[in-house]
Amino acid sequence: MAAFEHPYVPNASAGPRRRLLDALGIADVEALYAAIPADLRVKGVLDLPAPLPAEQDLRRHVAELIEQNRGAGDLLIFRGAGCWPHHVPALCDEITGRGEFLTAYAGGTYSDHGKNQAVFEFQSLIGALVGLDVVTPPTYDAAGAANSALRAACRVTGRSGIVVPALMNPDRLEQMRGFVRPTAQPRAVRQDPATGQLDLADLEAKLGPDVGAVFLEQPGFLGTIETQGAAIAERVHAAGAMLVVGVDPLSLGVLAAPSDWGADFVTGDIQPLGIHMHAGGGCAGFIATRDEARLVAELPTTLISAAPAEGGGVGFAWSTPERTSYDTRHEATDYYGTTQWLWGIGAAVYLSLLGPKGLAELGEVIMQRSLYAARAVARVPGVRVPHLDRPFFKEFVVTFDKPGATVTAINRALLAHGIVGGHDVSRLWSGGPAMLMCVTETHDRAAIDRLAAALAEVLS
Amino acid sequence: MPPRVGVVVNPIAGLGGRVGLKGTDGVEVVARALALGAVPRAGARMAEALAALRARRRDVAIVSGGDAHDPVGGTNAADTIVAARVLAEAGVDLLLFAGGDGTARDILTAVGDRVPVLGVPAGVKMHSAVFAASPRAAADLAAAFFAGDAALAELEVMDLDEEAYRAGRVSARLYGFVRGPYRRDLVQGVKVGGVAGETAALDGLAAEVASRLGPGTPAILGPGTTMRAVAEALGAAKTLLGVDLVRDGRVIAVDAAEADLLRALATAEDARLIVAPIGGQGHILGRGNQQVSSEVIRRVGLDRLIVAATPAKLASLHHQALRVDTGDSGLDRALAGYRRVVTGRGAEAVCRVVA
Amino acid sequence: MTAPRNGFHAARWNEPLIQDLSEPGARGLLPGAVEPAIRAGAGDALARVPAHVRRAAPPALPEVTQHRVVRHFTRLAQMTMGFDVTTDMMGTCTMKYSPKVHEHIVRAARLADVHPGQDPETLQGVLAILYRFNRMMCAIAGMDEFTFQPASGAQGIYTNACLIRAYHAARGELGRRDEIITTAFSHPADAATPHVAGFKVITLMPGPQGYPELAALEAAVSPRTAGLMLTNPEDTGQYNPAIRAFVERVHAVGGLCAYDQANGNPLLGIARAGDAGFDLCQFNLHKTFSAPHGAIGLGCAAVGVKEPLRRFLPRPVVTLDGTRYGLDDDRPDAIERIRAFLGNVPTVVKAYAWVMSLGTEGLRAVAETAVLNNNYLLANIRRIKGVAIPWPENTAPKLEQVRYSWEPLHNDTGVTTMEIEQRMVDYGVQHYMPSHVPVLVPQPFTIEPGESLTIEEMDHMIATLRAIAAEAYEEPEVVHHAPHHASVARVDDGIANDPATWAFTHRALAKKRAAWSKPRSAAAKRHAGY
Repeated sequence: MAAFEHPYVPNASAGPRRRLLDALGIADVEALYAAIPADLRVKGVLDLPAPLPAEQDLRRHVAELIEQNRGAGDLLIFRGAGCWPHHVPALCDEITGRGEFLTAYAGGTYSDHGKNQAVFEFQSLIGALVGLDVVTPPTYDAAGAANSALRAACRVTGRSGIVVPALMNPDRLEQMRGFVRPTAQPRAVRQDPATGQLDLADLEAKLGPDVGAVFLEQPGFLGTIETQGAAIAERVHAAGAMLVVGVDPLSLGVLAAPSDWGADFVTGDIQPLGIHMHAGGGCAGFIATRDEARLVAELPTTLISAAPAEGGGVGFAWSTPERTSYDTRHEATDYYGTTQWLWGIGAAVYLSLLGPKGLAELGEVIMQRSLYAARAVARVPGVRVPHLDRPFFKEFVVTFDKPGATVTAINRALLAHGIVGGHDVSRLWSGGPAMLMCVTETHDRAAIDRLAAALAEVLS
Repeated sequence: MPPRVGVVVNPIAGLGGRVGLKGTDGVEVVARALALGAVPRAGARMAEALAALRARRRDVAIVSGGDAHDPVGGTNAADTIVAARVLAEAGVDLLLFAGGDGTARDILTAVGDRVPVLGVPAGVKMHSAVFAASPRAAADLAAAFFAGDAALAELEVMDLDEEAYRAGRVSARLYGFVRGPYRRDLVQGVKVGGVAGETAALDGLAAEVASRLGPGTPAILGPGTTMRAVAEALGAAKTLLGVDLVRDGRVIAVDAAEADLLRALATAEDARLIVAPIGGQGHILGRGNQQVSSEVIRRVGLDRLIVAATPAKLASLHHQALRVDTGDSGLDRALAGYRRVVTGRGAEAVCRVVA
Repeated sequence: MTAPRNGFHAARWNEPLIQDLSEPGARGLLPGAVEPAIRAGAGDALARVPAHVRRAAPPALPEVTQHRVVRHFTRLAQMTMGFDVTTDMMGTCTMKYSPKVHEHIVRAARLADVHPGQDPETLQGVLAILYRFNRMMCAIAGMDEFTFQPASGAQGIYTNACLIRAYHAARGELGRRDEIITTAFSHPADAATPHVAGFKVITLMPGPQGYPELAALEAAVSPRTAGLMLTNPEDTGQYNPAIRAFVERVHAVGGLCAYDQANGNPLLGIARAGDAGFDLCQFNLHKTFSAPHGAIGLGCAAVGVKEPLRRFLPRPVVTLDGTRYGLDDDRPDAIERIRAFLGNVPTVVKAYAWVMSLGTEGLRAVAETAVLNNNYLLANIRRIKGVAIPWPENTAPKLEQVRYSWEPLHNDTGVTTMEIEQRMVDYGVQHYMPSHVPVLVPQPFTIEPGESLTIEEMDHMIATLRAIAAEAYEEPEVVHHAPHHASVARVDDGIANDPATWAFTHRALAKKRAAWSKPRSAAAKRHAGY
């Protein structure tokens, strides 16, 4: 082993390496690899690019690659569908960038008291939003949270059937199909495309004695706000099943908490809470439920509990680790590992900054901007907004009359105008080309007017 | 409420070891040991444990059962038994004794599983699962128990046949079970809501084993708590110490002797032999299972042997190895090697079996 | 060297919960109002929502002025022992330095503010890095294709289980192949995720050398075997030299072999999963590849497969057509998505940058130095009174970590590994990791130095452990009741395990606080008594 000088490997330099070899009484590090059979050893060197050991060279190289992207600074992004362009307060970046949090890992009650408190506060602030006493730290993403909650509800009810809304996020449905494969495949309940509302009669028909869990999105994937929540919950419970509602937490400044109208589990995505899109890397979820032992017993994640400290203060301890796959191993019914706790800390900062007034104001701002945009877009010849007269939050469906139009072609044309158009939901819509447009607090009037103008031009 | 520890010391325990004698049962052996200059050490070991416990829990109240034996007199197990009973009646939270397997047996006779028991090792023979590894380890475990940090389990009380042992023949007996705290090397902890993790693990294991027995399949169930759980899953009640034959939810031979089993096997087709590791040494055949003789094992067939153990039980065994000691060296050799062990619903482990 | 404890005391702010800092009317951030034209054109937006669907009362979020929020979270950060702050050698975690330059690189707006659904034309940078790193991982691991969609090691291992499931399903054999074999010292996810995926799990116990023998595998394989999923070297740091024979045995019955390379740090440039015959593997980019651990996440797994399994990788797959990168969604055999979108892109960028900094020679230096550091620690820690090394018959050098035992010290003093762990905090270092379940080594502690540390840091850790061990023998009280100088006083963590007293949110705490002073139920028992 030749000496290697690099700041990341201090003991590979000649001096320290020699000292270590001498301390061990060996001539070469090869002696330490004696257990590995010779025929398994790499012959020669790995086929990797020539390295850039100097910081400025590395930085230039990667920056040049990143420069080939376009982001919200270059384009107007009107796309959501699971990852949304929202404002990220400076403090969120500051705190998630702090080295103490960034480079922490599995320290416990005493060594990482700060991290535990921050994530407990995440649990608390989400709990305040959704109106529930039990909230998990971040999960892998919102779909994973929903999947875990649905299977938990099935275990609690002792049934395996899962019912989902027909117009739910198809990618999340796909994730769900994979996850519940060993137990039962989800069945769809009809949603009225015109209104986005769940078909209660079809729900009743689908609520057989084998159904343990029903999933609902609020707002729905297509942006519509479900107004029959209580009626849905009533039917679900009457059939002996449990209701899992997936939310956009940003909407909970203006919309009622689903636990108020009967949700047993609430799940959601925390990326809208002060986390950049990061090309999809900002996704993370949460699960919330009531403070009942039999429900908590089925949560697969770490859970941070407050606990009394000597002298009257409050500390934090990890609760009942025997629920998690770390302990259950080969009997695990769900799995958990390193997830996205750093984004949970960012979300805690965000909610602490916004406060109740801020969240309510923001919710209204988003609704106004997106309604303004929907009306503007609906005025463009050849464009319809089917849910224009329904209440929706942040996202809405846009359809196109032009014969032969495809969302792909329209989006490509919009791109030439510096605009990222909505997510293609044509297959879900079954009635010609349809896209899901997203408008947030980041889109000012000028941006929205530009969108309408560009659409008009693209479709003419 | 300050915890109350009842203390029983067998002052002659351990006498034999230091002077090269195998155990201290029998008045002649004690006399010889003392003559050879052996110093009773059980008292000193208990004192060390109590001092360490007091340092951890200043409020612990120590209730003495007194020296159970006249150090110069004979092995009066009756004194141990009286002392233990007095302490149990006094309502102590934990009965702490210093001694060896002999003392453990006396404690078992005295209190059964009525009060939690923990042994400070001071004897020569300590095969019972009720002993901590050292006086300080005992203090740590007792302190954990009082803090609510250790679970209670049924722990085997084993003892060797003294005469056979000195004649070079190893033959052990399972005498019964006491309940005691143990610092498990955990695989499953206590479940939310307080249901003991080990109980849930046993339920899953028993259900899995039961599911492998078709209708009409007779099963010989060895002793122990695991086998009792399997019997329950099959709808039968079972003795803790004996070997029973079960079929279709009914016990058709209770506490069977070897002859009973052979007779039953003569007419049974496709019988299974189900055993669990016993004691801290993990014996599946041999110790405590004498009724399941080598002849019985051969009649059933090695491929019809099912070994069942929870992951926590396996974790507690030294090197997770199971032991066989049937007395038939050829059979022991055939049994040795690696074997699948049922550990839960749809779950198995592969463990080494050593002869 | 000065005494290792050196008067350390962690910051102890006694910082209230954010909810308890609330002052009516305080504002932390103003969302701003809409322009008059928007108010005119859409001011009725909220009113269109039926009253019963609207929020009746504002959520119980705290009202805190901005700079107090700054101070609050800054103080919490100060009470967290990240790698940036102090030595961290937590076993199985592969703690190492996360280069600061990577953090600056990924802050670029053209990475942070990119939507994954954008036209690939606008994602050429992201796709280029994903594509290139894919090829680099193939070279490192001896595989044919990688995906970075899973967001952690456990999720990467789950992906392996799903790939094995899809492979057998495609051959019509899933019905009869329902068993996955793993080992007791593999990560719990190697046992858990195949079970979640629908398999029965057979766990091999270690043999006399501390890892499973081939004879154990023999007892486990059968026509029902779907595959083998294990970690090697295992969490004990011991490498199983028969690994190739293991793979061949499982292949012989038609099973697949998945290599969990969570402990792959010592093998970079030394041995590759593909060369040992493995069909699939996974690496933790937030461990081995230097991406920061993120206070338990920004996780990302690199899952690699050989050619026959490529078609099963989840969509979308990054493609290169001449000079343009694209995303291929048309993959009829793909397993269902494991997670949203493409994966933790910034974490992949950091891993890419790390490999680009070091190159093949550097990766090898990383591996060899990690092993050298680990054996230096082993040589010194084993001499501390009270330490035992499990499976002493196995005299082969450990690779990147060691699972030690305090059993002699425990028997001599009654002090436990958990108590020593907590005393370490008083010495200003992040504590070690005892063991994953099953805890087969009594009173375990697992230490993994990695390649980032200096000799001085390692000597400090050795001195720290030696000092605490001496305390166990000479003044055990100080260890029993540790820590004394941490960010928080002693916590009654049994409260966290009792449904009557646990509190996972501020609102629950308000309800449960009264119960904290009542005597606890017998049901409250703490996990992991060692």
